[in-house]
Amino acid sequence: MSHSHDMDMPDTVTSTEASPTGALDGEYDDAMGYYTPGEPLVDTKAPQGPIADRWQNRKFEARLVNPANRRKLSIIIVGTGLAGASAAATLGEAGYNVKTFCYQDSPRRAHSIAAQGGINAAKNYKEDGDSVHRLFYDTVKGGDYRSRESNVYRLAEVSTNIIDQCVAQGVPFAREYGGLLDNRSFGGVQVSRTFYARGQTGQQLLIGAYQALERQISAGTVSMFTRHEMLELIVADGKARGIIARDMVTGEVQTHLADVVVLASGGYGNVFYLSTNAMGSNVTAAWRAHRKGAYMANPCYTQIHPTCIPVSGSHQSKLTLMSESLRNDGRIWVPKNQADCDKDPREIAEEDRDYYLERIYPSFGNLVPRDIASRAAKNVCDEGRGVGPEVDGVRRGVYLDFADAIDRLGRDAVANKYGNLFDMYARITGEDPYSVPMRIYPAVHYVMGGLWVDYDLQSTIPGLFVTGEANFSDHGANRLGASALMQGLADGYFVLPHTIRDYLADGPFEPIGEDHPAVVEARTSVTDRIQHFLSVNGTRSVDSYHRELGNIMWEYCGMERTETGLKKAIDLIRGLRDDFYRNVKVLGTSESLNQSLEKAGRVADFFELGELMCIDALNRRESCGGHFRGESQTEDGEALRHDDEFAYVAAWEWAGLDERPVLHKEDLVYTAIEMKQRSYK
Amino acid sequence: MNLTLKIWRQPDAVSAGAMHTYELADVSPDMSFLEMLDVLNEQLNDQGEDPIAFDSDCREGICGMCGLMINGDAHGPEVTTTCQLHMRSFSDGETITIEPWRSDAFPVVKDLVVDRGAFDRIIQAGGYVSVNTGSAPEAHSVPVPKDDADRAFNVATCIGCGACVAACPNGSASLFMGAKVTHLGLLPQGQPERDERVVNMVAQHDHEGFGGCTNIGACTAACPKEIPLDVISQLNKDLRTAIKHGH
Ligand SMILES: Cc1cc2nc3c(=O)[nH]c(=O)nc-3n(C[C@H](O)[C@H](O)[C@H](O)COP(=O)(O)OP(=O)(O)OC[C@H]3O[C@@H](n4cnc5c(N)ncnc54)[C@H](O)[C@@H]3O)c2cc1C
Ligand code: SF4
Ligand code: FES
Repeated sequence: MSHSHDMDMPDTVTSTEASPTGALDGEYDDAMGYYTPGEPLVDTKAPQGPIADRWQNRKFEARLVNPANRRKLSIIIVGTGLAGASAAATLGEAGYNVKTFCYQDSPRRAHSIAAQGGINAAKNYKEDGDSVHRLFYDTVKGGDYRSRESNVYRLAEVSTNIIDQCVAQGVPFAREYGGLLDNRSFGGVQVSRTFYARGQTGQQLLIGAYQALERQISAGTVSMFTRHEMLELIVADGKARGIIARDMVTGEVQTHLADVVVLASGGYGNVFYLSTNAMGSNVTAAWRAHRKGAYMANPCYTQIHPTCIPVSGSHQSKLTLMSESLRNDGRIWVPKNQADCDKDPREIAEEDRDYYLERIYPSFGNLVPRDIASRAAKNVCDEGRGVGPEVDGVRRGVYLDFADAIDRLGRDAVANKYGNLFDMYARITGEDPYSVPMRIYPAVHYVMGGLWVDYDLQSTIPGLFVTGEANFSDHGANRLGASALMQGLADGYFVLPHTIRDYLADGPFEPIGEDHPAVVEARTSVTDRIQHFLSVNGTRSVDSYHRELGNIMWEYCGMERTETGLKKAIDLIRGLRDDFYRNVKVLGTSESLNQSLEKAGRVADFFELGELMCIDALNRRESCGGHFRGESQTEDGEALRHDDEFAYVAAWEWAGLDERPVLHKEDLVYTAIEMKQRSYK
Repeated sequence: MNLTLKIWRQPDAVSAGAMHTYELADVSPDMSFLEMLDVLNEQLNDQGEDPIAFDSDCREGICGMCGLMINGDAHGPEVTTTCQLHMRSFSDGETITIEPWRSDAFPVVKDLVVDRGAFDRIIQAGGYVSVNTGSAPEAHSVPVPKDDADRAFNVATCIGCGACVAACPNGSASLFMGAKVTHLGLLPQGQPERDERVVNMVAQHDHEGFGGCTNIGACTAACPKEIPLDVISQLNKDLRTAIKHGH
């Protein structure tokens, strides 16, 4: 088994390490016919030498920009989540001329706000043996040896500065009675290194970054464009030089030019339609850049979270995460017999219940890693033993039962630990989890894949940098709990501001005008697309297409992927995409707020991304991290990695619509850590 | 259940608006309020009528993007955000009135969408600690009493939704502002700029056209995060102190 120290998995979880398994045939190429092999890709920016010195060396080697010149250098940042707001504030403070964009009505609403559990940092405040090296090690191992070691080491290294910065901003982290910061342990990790602010850590960190950003806005170093959506990247003379954005209120299509562009536009989990992402989370910014030459890395790596509130009907618009800590005391089960599935669970006798995790995984029981718990839930529901309302003919839910915990610990103790989660559950479902078992089901939560970046966080387009969830860099095939917040802030506060200056040292670049062919081309492509959507006048709403695409992705490119399923998905997606362009119905005009029009553009890009995710999953005939290939498992159904064949980053180059994408492989070399296969049984 | 919906429609900021009536059948009690509007929009789209514009993003009660006046109450009948309100709080045959936030400082953009940019400008006026990236001291160098940290957290949970303003007969943003002033005022890091902060934020608040506070308390009753009314006393206290200090 691979991975995964996931969030809220208690530290009682232990693992045994087994040696890597033998070679695979080597003859397989499931994705043959779907892609074109390309040249290998090498990250030329990561310095050589001892891993602990690399970041210091890179910072030293990166050229400086004279303070007097900074005002003349302009930076566009798309996104105001942790990754974008922190970068905008820091670069504004340094004196650059920054323009920032978000699609919400305020930068404070970026989806980082929804993160609950916490943020990791190697402070070792508990003196429990934590260190930069241990956080590095845990992150590489948690990512199933599919991340780049130099980047991960740096992440662990700067993690401690993040906490200092946030505390200085007034972020109200949880504290102990002595007034010092409290920590908790997450995800089977043996040390307590997670800082938190009750269940609202993301909110508090984002408000800290937002306030720093607002301070720069008032200082005049940063201009903020809210309700502006980036719809195209401008690449002139081989460099990223600006974006085309639509003012979502007036509909005006605007050109914004700069010396450098940063994308901090978040994750693309909404390709599955239902996910724990926000309604507006999208891939458009990243995808338009991909189409202009930025490679997309490991797009199939998706993290699915086992404890979400199930779908209640076809009206469902998003899914809500509940802390995984619930699995510490709740017992997961479904009825043994299909006939019992619509009964009141309290009336199902003990012997008619299947506590399937306890049965299949006796040593870990309900605390198996996230992906195991998720897959097992899907399997029992596919067998027809799911519970809860039937949606599209299937019951997709399993019980998470606290009856034993309440007997053992008493209702008050359970309420103390989980009261706020129980309240949230009751509000959404209308059921009382103290008396009726909760129902849960897995949901898409995070994407490890994203635009390929080098050690400097620069994409394959010079002058285009990518930070936060939008890049692929640090989490390999699976992300540890509480590490996305860490990465977003590390990128924005401490990494990008240093690496971007090396690029800007050559600027300001020759000004380009609105009449530059690259600008004209980008604007025309945006306006043509808008006109197309408004003129189709078909019969189906954008949402109905998005929902159908999501179903395909979830079914064939979700928790378990197989060659046949993925090939089928690719056909289905292509067919649906054609139909979408011919038959979608978008009313209204482009000259005003038009939410259907906004969604149409996003869904169009999700179609193309979805197809690439399937091709990537098809190519990776191994199971690793969040990617489980049915063909690559042990006899016991455990994930099987193939390091000899797949220890690489798959970086995909756009070749044109209906053309085969080009696969560039970046080999993963570990010098500071040894690759191991994990086993949890 | 079947519902009659009376909804404010306004094509843009400058045009006049009016209430429109829609009938919606087969509403499931498990739907969230916004999912109910999604279903209505799907129906309108089918009929060739422009869907109703409303704001939402996280749909889990934390981003502060959603917010509707529902039967005259900001965020509706429960103490929660509009996105976390579910249809089981309503009954079959009911008529529900849906309007945008009402406040001069929050102009309507379209239908149920308003412009809350004024909140950002209040924060710009001083709702921060001036600390540049990289200049922060070691986090443990300044202990903070747990009670202060906990209370700072409680008031820092404000989501900036604007319900307090919408609920207030004076259209005051004192609860929102008081929450920020109290949050930063409870922490050692917030002390150096404490006087300046409150004075500048209040000046911006008044400049934006928000009304004064007359201690009605409708704000705290509507607040989905239950920000307590005493943050406004703290705001006033800090303002008096700052003035005494010559600001
Ligand atoms: C429910 C939930 C709980 C989580 N809990 C945790 C946790 O406890 N710990 C942890 O470490 N991680 C957690 N994560 C993951 C983590 O929150 C995210 O990965 C991280 O916050 C992403 O930050 P970001 O800055 O990259 O993107 P986001 O915060 O998503 O910001 C994206 C920004 O880009 C803008 N944008 C996007 N597209 C466009 C466009 N086309 N034009 C203009 N602007 C655009 C948006 O407006 C927004 O400002 C959680 C995630 C979810 C969904
Ligand atoms: S104080 Fe309450 S009602 Fe006002 S903006 Fe904050 S969360 Fe919303
Ligand atoms: S949509 Fe985010 S709080 Fe309601």
